[in-house]
Amino acid sequence: MYAYDEIDRTLVNERVSEFRDQVKRRLSGELTEDEFKLLRLQNGVYLQLHAYMFRVAIPYGTLATNQLRALAHVARKYDRGYGHFTTRQNIQFNWIKLAELPDALADLAKVGIHAMQTSGNNMRNVTSDQWAGVAPGEIEDPRIWSELIRQHTTLHPEFSFLPRKFKIAITASDHDRAAIKIHDIGLKLIRNEKGETGFEVLVGGGLGRTPFIAKTIKHFVHGRDILSYIEAILRVYNQYGRRDNIYKARIKILVHELGIEKFSREVEEEWQHIRNSSLQIDDEVIEDIRSRFSYPSYEKLPHMPDELRQAAADPDFEAWRKNSVAPHKVQGYSIVTISLKPIGKPPGDATAEQMDALADLADKYSFGEIRVGHEQNLALPHVAKRDLPALWKALDKLGLATPNVNLITDIIACPGLDYCSLANARSIPIAQELTRRFANHELANLIGRLHINISGCINACGHHHVGHIGILGVEKNGEEVYQITIGGRADEGAALGTLIGPGVKFDEVADVIEDVVEAYLALRERPEELFMDTVKRLGVEPFKERVYATR
Amino acid sequence: MPLVKGGKIVDDSFVKLAVDTPLPEGGDILVPAERFVGEADVLLKRAGKVGVIWPNNRDIDELVPYLGKVATVALVFPTFRDGRAYSQARLLRERYNYRGDLRATGQILRDQFVFMLRAGFDSFEVKKQADAEAFMQTAKRYSVFYQPTGDGRITALHRRMQLRHSEGVGT
Repeated sequence: MYAYDEIDRTLVNERVSEFRDQVKRRLSGELTEDEFKLLRLQNGVYLQLHAYMFRVAIPYGTLATNQLRALAHVARKYDRGYGHFTTRQNIQFNWIKLAELPDALADLAKVGIHAMQTSGNNMRNVTSDQWAGVAPGEIEDPRIWSELIRQHTTLHPEFSFLPRKFKIAITASDHDRAAIKIHDIGLKLIRNEKGETGFEVLVGGGLGRTPFIAKTIKHFVHGRDILSYIEAILRVYNQYGRRDNIYKARIKILVHELGIEKFSREVEEEWQHIRNSSLQIDDEVIEDIRSRFSYPSYEKLPHMPDELRQAAADPDFEAWRKNSVAPHKVQGYSIVTISLKPIGKPPGDATAEQMDALADLADKYSFGEIRVGHEQNLALPHVAKRDLPALWKALDKLGLATPNVNLITDIIACPGLDYCSLANARSIPIAQELTRRFANHELANLIGRLHINISGCINACGHHHVGHIGILGVEKNGEEVYQITIGGRADEGAALGTLIGPGVKFDEVADVIEDVVEAYLALRERPEELFMDTVKRLGVEPFKERVYATR
Repeated sequence: MPLVKGGKIVDDSFVKLAVDTPLPEGGDILVPAERFVGEADVLLKRAGKVGVIWPNNRDIDELVPYLGKVATVALVFPTFRDGRAYSQARLLRERYNYRGDLRATGQILRDQFVFMLRAGFDSFEVKKQADAEAFMQTAKRYSVFYQPTGDGRITALHRRMQLRHSEGVGT
């Protein structure tokens, strides 16, 4: 866990007081809506279909229990008793009143949480691996660097009015859980041949209307140079990124139009001017940040405690354990993923009561720490294996033990037309219907790892392009129509899915997905061949045939 | 539009010329970039100060040879959403060591003052009178800064280092 000091707290409080003044000026009419819009967006406040939506940052997905309780408090006091965890390590509240927002922000500031730059054309909340610091085999905890970059990008005097939003993600593992290849800048922590820590830097990834997988711009940037290198990229983007057309304003378009070689030459030239400036990070600074991350005092525990051995007799527990429990770098501990995808419910929602109860469980079983992942699930990062059976029982009582992590009902979905003013189609009801169709755990387990991603519009908040099965809702002649893609993925082998054919109507989506899944089950060579592997081997044709032969 | 300089509302001594406005005999003038570049010799010889209005899509390198001779550089924010001039300002201050007056023009609201000061601006053509009057109060809104820029303010990272070292002295 990272602990804010007085300096960080002062900045957050100063930001709250500035926003309080801005809201006051808006309510008095001193600020026009056009002027206020950008200011509120920089503070995470959107005007949605029914009300203001408030998006709170969870930098690199790490939460302390007092912070989770503060989020529960905001849900209860200022909203309708629940929050929605998003694909970007944020939580959104959907029904907040503008006049109360400064108070909500002030309440969050008390526990070191803010909403700075969770929206707007600036550098957004830095995201990272939700298993950072506990995943076996990572180079080092990427959150130390995430925090460095979080600080550097907060209220940056040069880059707070960019052509468009700008997202940075960091991973330190070979298995990429931070989806770095679909970000404006993706950073992979690596060591060079001298054993020095640095980054492979990728640039120009992104989804939306024009999806691109990020390209490597530099194979190794030393850790001490990472801020100057990021600054060089941003300076080139700020000057040359397109501002004439909102759809072409992201850095991915600039990289695409210039070509990665020319773009990297521009960046290199800029970088040479600034790399030996005050942006250079010495080891002392990194050590200072590292020192403010606290790590649990792990016990020496057996690999296979008796409690776990005994609980293995319960098939329900085993189903959950196999699905939700991952190896930890310390023997005797596990990482537990908590599914926020109960059958028939909107993906990613949690009630205030659930958040409070989870905070209690994290205090009891996970050294007071909770993580948020881009799959819209939560995780407890340090659970002793002997506690797994007790934790499972407690989670089950809260409705948080659905054993579907990474299975077909672990659906990523944006809020869609039910909440969002941008959406053209509903996402949540599609997700709900699909979870009901595949509610049978035996069947879901038989299918194996399969990610469905749903977006209610082309902006792709549900990351449909990179779903193993992607569902994109569009509007056609006043009707919701859904386009289906297959073969996308967001991990280290990131790829965009391929459209399988014409869009289908709202009522047909679940049937079509069932057809795709049935086709896969019939086509796979052996039970271990995952959906993605079958698609890779055979392409879209056989799936297309199966879906459209009778339609 | 009120001009704020040195934290106070002041009279603007500069007259803005268009590309084809006849050149006045004396007095301070602010000239569009294309006219400035085309007539630099003539403009710089006359009595009175010369400033240049530099658009945010024109390469700042082109201005570099004249930096010792211009009294003011006015950078442009066509809307407050367009942040290109922040980069230009930092380049002028930090890379090219421009020490003259750096003026922010266009849609300048109080909510940008801190960013602009940090990027190196020192005078501001403010859109609203109330914002101009609120300058000092708004400019002092923040006491913590995370990034090093040419404005010389100490960053949070370095303040922490200082604190750490001073704590170390007595122990």
